[in-house]
Amino acid sequence: MAGLNAGHLNRGRSNLWRWGVLACAGLYFLVPLAASVLFTVDVPGQGYTFDAYTQILGTEGFVTSLLLSLELAAATIAIVLLLMVPAMVALRLAAPGLRPVVEVVCALPLVVPPIAFVAGLGTVLKWGPEHLSRTPLFQTFVAIQNPDFPFVLVLAYVVMALPFVYRALDAGLRAMDVRTLVEAARSCGANWPQALVRAVLPNLRGALLNSSFLTLALVLGEFTVAQLLGFRPFAVWIVNVSGSQAQLSVAVSVLSLLVTWAMLLALASFGGRPRTASAARG
Amino acid sequence: MTALEKTAVETGMKTGTKTGTKTGMKTAVRTAMALDKAATVEFRGLRREFGTTVALDGLDLTVRPGELLALLGPSGCGKTTALRMLAGFEHPDSGEVLVDGDDVTRVPAHRRDAGMVFQSYSLFPHLSALDNVAFGLRMRKVRTAERRAAAAELLDLVGLADKGAQFPHQLSGGQQQRVALARALALRPRVLLLDEPLSALDAKVRLTLREEIRRLQRELGITTLFVTHDQEEALSMADRVAVMQAGRLEQCAPPAELYGRPATAFVAEFVGTMSRIPGRLDGTTVEVLGRRLPVDGPAPAATEVDVLVRPEAVAVRADDTGDAQVIATAFLGAAIRVTVRLADGTEVKADLPTHEAATLGAGAPVTVSLPDRPVLVAERTH
Ligand SMILES: Nc1ncnc2c1ncn2[C@@H]1O[C@H](COP(=O)(O)OP(=O)(O)OP(=O)(O)O)[C@@H](O)[C@H]1O
Ligand SMILES: [Mg+2]
Repeated sequence: MAGLNAGHLNRGRSNLWRWGVLACAGLYFLVPLAASVLFTVDVPGQGYTFDAYTQILGTEGFVTSLLLSLELAAATIAIVLLLMVPAMVALRLAAPGLRPVVEVVCALPLVVPPIAFVAGLGTVLKWGPEHLSRTPLFQTFVAIQNPDFPFVLVLAYVVMALPFVYRALDAGLRAMDVRTLVEAARSCGANWPQALVRAVLPNLRGALLNSSFLTLALVLGEFTVAQLLGFRPFAVWIVNVSGSQAQLSVAVSVLSLLVTWAMLLALASFGGRPRTASAARG
Repeated sequence: MTALEKTAVETGMKTGTKTGTKTGMKTAVRTAMALDKAATVEFRGLRREFGTTVALDGLDLTVRPGELLALLGPSGCGKTTALRMLAGFEHPDSGEVLVDGDDVTRVPAHRRDAGMVFQSYSLFPHLSALDNVAFGLRMRKVRTAERRAAAAELLDLVGLADKGAQFPHQLSGGQQQRVALARALALRPRVLLLDEPLSALDAKVRLTLREEIRRLQRELGITTLFVTHDQEEALSMADRVAVMQAGRLEQCAPPAELYGRPATAFVAEFVGTMSRIPGRLDGTTVEVLGRRLPVDGPAPAATEVDVLVRPEAVAVRADDTGDAQVIATAFLGAAIRVTVRLADGTEVKADLPTHEAATLGAGAPVTVSLPDRPVLVAERTH
């Protein structure tokens, strides 16, 4: 009886703790956010108004820059997953000894600061056309810098997303016995691509979703590389538009937060079962 | 026609005789699945090295049509490697694998026509039991309704008709291996490969599943290779047992012959319990424990030899003047295993009926004798 009571008490206490921690974390995030929102809508002398937000939405470039960012994110996610999933499965099956090497290579983008990265990239982009002006490669250099869809940014983002994607996929692959699943599928008459798509990928769902989340968040928020290479995706546009107006600049950051959340939620629901999605987010 | 028979026809495989009176669904399925002609499997001089370890060192072995052959051997002797070569997951450095006389060494795994049950749980976690069994048929592009019906019949065959909707994590270990067995049989393979399918299960489940696998294998008449390092499992299930050591075949024989007439000292000591008693070889007889016994099989060249004896062949009698001494007893149920130390320090194990051994406590003086039968001898190792 006493033990029962103690257990009950314990659980009650740990529940209390949980709520306490949650409340603290909530305050830490929500108070600044609420303050920001309040600041943008409560203009002294005018009462409550959504002027700042309508002003943003009316500003030239909102839709185009947001769309550009989303396109870049979609392309980056597609490329980085197409590159990394087969590579990592192959690594697990054929060359487990190479794993530390790949791990280090994939972590490099974390070590190299974006400034250094973009400086190198800029040098190549300048050097290329000068030396290749008479070859077909010249056209390639022009094409990847097309301002409507700067593919060079996708290339840069793929590299920058590697550490996150590697980690997410590695955790997913670690949670299952890839070799046995592939062999079971093969002994059931599946060829290599079928084994990968039908036996491995469905069990990697959470990891794929995780990688996509991280990549999406990275691309939507990336400023340095895009700005220095002279393109104008959403993050760059936000900084440009906020300018000197205090209310406007805060409204812009609130808006960008909401856009990112909206995208993540959209991806989560697109990704399928809410269980997986919430697990991936949590 | 049952769905399974239909799929069998559609996938272009041999259908069994359809004369069954269909006394029940299971009979019909088994008739449909029973093969016209079981396959012969041959390993010829298989060799495989991993770096410096030699996993297979010239393995020669023939599996007869429709038999259950157990591959038995100590850990690391190459059993799994041999099985994986037949499945197509591993490739030999030299040698070849023949199925019905055709060299399949270069055929990729998914076209080998071999069903496999793995040691670890290998069901696809994202599919229900039914979809797991139907996976192979899906790869063969069999229509949904048909493959589900066929899978349901197979689940029934392994006694899990009511578990089709469950996911692997909702099944017990034994149930998972049954589903894996049904999945391996779904494509009506020519050979069934089992790599220690029972080693992850507890003793009781292992025993029932062992019998079930054997019964199913007999009814389907499918050529089966069964890897195990449990000699009891091998001896009780298999038509023939192949004992391997260090990548080579030591002996391949029916269980009784393997036990009664082991071809090598390694087999003698690996299968069952064997004691070694020093003896003097003289032509075709050996002098041991004060008597002269004929030698069974070819005799080694040396004169100082060990006589190999099974515990049930050793007689132990309480004798106050005996120079041997009981050093331990172990209760085995119907018998008691008595360990005796002879005058020269050799330890011999003997199985005695429980009532006879009642007076033999540790330290009791005894005499040890052998029956008047031919004995196995081996060169003395130490
Ligand atoms: N992929 C591999 N890479 C390196 N060495 C391997 C590989 N597969 C097997 N080996 C080695 O080959 C030898 C035989 O392995 P195998 O798995 O066939 O043994 P086994 O008889 O199945 O043993 P167990 O009863 O423990 O399963 C072992 O020494 C093992 O270490
Ligand atoms: Mg093994």
